Amino acid sequence: MADVKTFNLSCPVPRVADDRIVLAHGGGGRLTHQLIEKIFIPAFANDALEQRHDGAVVSLNGVRLAFTTDSFVVRPLIFPGGNIGDLAVNGTVNDLAMCGARPLYLSAGFILEEGLEMETLRTVVTSMRDAAAKAGVKLVTGDTKVVDKGKGDGVFINTSGIGVVEEFPCLAKSARHGAPTSLEEIRKDGVGIRAVHIGPASVQPGDAVIVSGDLGRHGIAILSVREGLEFESPILSDCANVWPAVEALLSGGIEIHCLRDLTRGGLATTLNEIASDRNVCIKLEEVLVPVNEVVQGACEILGLDPLYVANEGRFAAFVPASQADSALNILKSIEVSQGAVQVGKVEEGPGRTVVLQSRIGGNCVVDMLSGEQLPRIC
Amino acid sequence: MKFLSEYRDQKAAEQLAAAIRKKVTRPRTIMEICGGQTHTIVKSGLEDLLPPEITLVHGPGCPVCVTPIELIDKAVAIAKRPDAIFCSFGDMLRVPGSTRSLFDVKAEGTDVRIVYSPLDAVKLAKANPSKQVVFFAVGFETTAPANAMAAWQADHDCVENFSLLVSHVLVPPAMEALLSSDHCVVQGFLAAGHVCTVMGFEEYFPIAAKYKVPIVVTGFEPLDILEGIHMTVCQLEEARHEVENQYTRAVRREGNRPAQQTIAEVFEIAPCQWRGLGEIPASGFQLRGRFQKYDANRRFPFSGEPARESPECISGLILQGIKKPHECPAFAVKCTPENPLGAPMVSSEGACAAYYHYGRRQNVQSELSGTASR
Repeated sequence: MADVKTFNLSCPVPRVADDRIVLAHGGGGRLTHQLIEKIFIPAFANDALEQRHDGAVVSLNGVRLAFTTDSFVVRPLIFPGGNIGDLAVNGTVNDLAMCGARPLYLSAGFILEEGLEMETLRTVVTSMRDAAAKAGVKLVTGDTKVVDKGKGDGVFINTSGIGVVEEFPCLAKSARHGAPTSLEEIRKDGVGIRAVHIGPASVQPGDAVIVSGDLGRHGIAILSVREGLEFESPILSDCANVWPAVEALLSGGIEIHCLRDLTRGGLATTLNEIASDRNVCIKLEEVLVPVNEVVQGACEILGLDPLYVANEGRFAAFVPASQADSALNILKSIEVSQGAVQVGKVEEGPGRTVVLQSRIGGNCVVDMLSGEQLPRIC
Repeated sequence: MKFLSEYRDQKAAEQLAAAIRKKVTRPRTIMEICGGQTHTIVKSGLEDLLPPEITLVHGPGCPVCVTPIELIDKAVAIAKRPDAIFCSFGDMLRVPGSTRSLFDVKAEGTDVRIVYSPLDAVKLAKANPSKQVVFFAVGFETTAPANAMAAWQADHDCVENFSLLVSHVLVPPAMEALLSSDHCVVQGFLAAGHVCTVMGFEEYFPIAAKYKVPIVVTGFEPLDILEGIHMTVCQLEEARHEVENQYTRAVRREGNRPAQQTIAEVFEIAPCQWRGLGEIPASGFQLRGRFQKYDANRRFPFSGEPARESPECISGLILQGIKKPHECPAFAVKCTPENPLGAPMVSSEGACAAYYHYGRRQNVQSELSGTASR
């Protein structure tokens, strides 16, 4: 088939940045994607990997299991609103939640640097225990390695997680307006039970794009400590387990098409991934995008765009437009997603594009970044 | 948010756009000097609101784009010294030198750090007395006071292991160089508001008079830029060529005197190399007198290969407005934001990077209007 790329976005001419790993390869932008497409996918290609989702969903004796892994290398280890410990638990729990899976079991691999203070490790481990208890997951296996001083950054943690994709009631499309309030009501409606297929492949034109709360808190919280920036009111990371919000959507009968947590690379990167996977256009309205005033102020000062800043307790949900209001009502009733808003919608074309209608009414393309956002000079 | 939302108001923007439409009678080419203004124009889709008569040309006011390649090579060479901690503003790291960028050598293990203030680099020098801490002092008049302050502070505190690699450029000489070129298409300027916050705008009066060109000191929010365009269009339509100030909430005619005094104490005016434009007389700053001991150029003599630009990159012609980015054979083919051949593709403020995104936008626009007309 004709390849309609007018511009060669993944430049085939290898230049300086291609002969070594640079930090931008881990930034979640285009270089990260090139790494995945050119090195990892060709090496490991299989059906589950091809889902290109936050985790893989595999069937085992009729049970659908979600499996995911994530590594955490944050500096500083302890930041406003959390530490690497709850981040490591919530990050993996959220990846499972994004598959529509109830998180069940976690593993944890610790890479500790010689000289790390025991007290720091205790703080981190206590946070992991608390976060796991809150999310209702068990940490059932683990591993520890110690590396020479200078070969690590205090603590690196890898967590893997297993969850189960349960069957939830689903409303037939024209069955009713508004979400049912109980399973009883659903049965009365005579609506069936369905297996959930949540993933980029289910996104379609007409879908509403909802974000579960205001954007950019985690990235700015980290940056403020790392760079010694002080704000009038401190910004806390949004680090949290979002499964309660997903569970509420599922049991509320919302036909979720796709869920994505808005971690590295922020909302802009996530939407670009989906727009390009599905060859659709995602239209955002700047006035609708929720950003806390202090976060916005910090972004203005540093020359950063909150659309690209990382979150650790926010996700985007793609749902049919007819269910957008019900989904919003459900999300707003759950603590972790009480700031949910619809920020845009999916349209047919132009494909592989995210367009932002600015506050003043002009349009601009929200592109994927090459690497990390860099603070501008002026 | 106070001082933000009121300058991004849709109704006010539409009113200004309508006023521009009403006033303009023929094609007008206006250059916004500053990269920050270019950024706002692209990000807010501001050109969607303008009538077709108005063409905006992106000016040379992006420090990332005009810092000469020799200096990037020098920065890379200094950063590779085992005793060096090389500090820079973030977006200089991706600018390609002859063979490597600061990002590349950072990946190879050299100590390159992003700082937000040059004074942080002085602190770093105090904390690491066995290291040579070098700050990449680039930018226009806007960053000059803080960079001057860093040298002043180092001198005051007797910090000897600190130095500045200076490539400071000045706006008015660059405007003159553009205006005196035979190819000049610019009919009016939006002068860079932040530069004028420091320097004031008295130095623009002789330029406006000599070249009969309107100059409007303009801010950086969408409404600032629309108002600046409106004021420029009014001048053009009324055959005036004056210096006007749109950005009155930040800019005074005389500028910030204490900041100017700090600059004058530390720097002196010198000829300067501009990437793509060549040497322009009296267009930059260099360290003066007792501050020359903080000149990284003197401290670390550089004997690398002569710098070479990518032969395929036509950024010089682009920065002068003679060629458009998409007329470059390498544009979006060999030269992309991931693999920039020249500086204008690096920063989101650079003309080529702006076109790269804008070009995509035009495709999007034509596709949208195609769909609508069906």
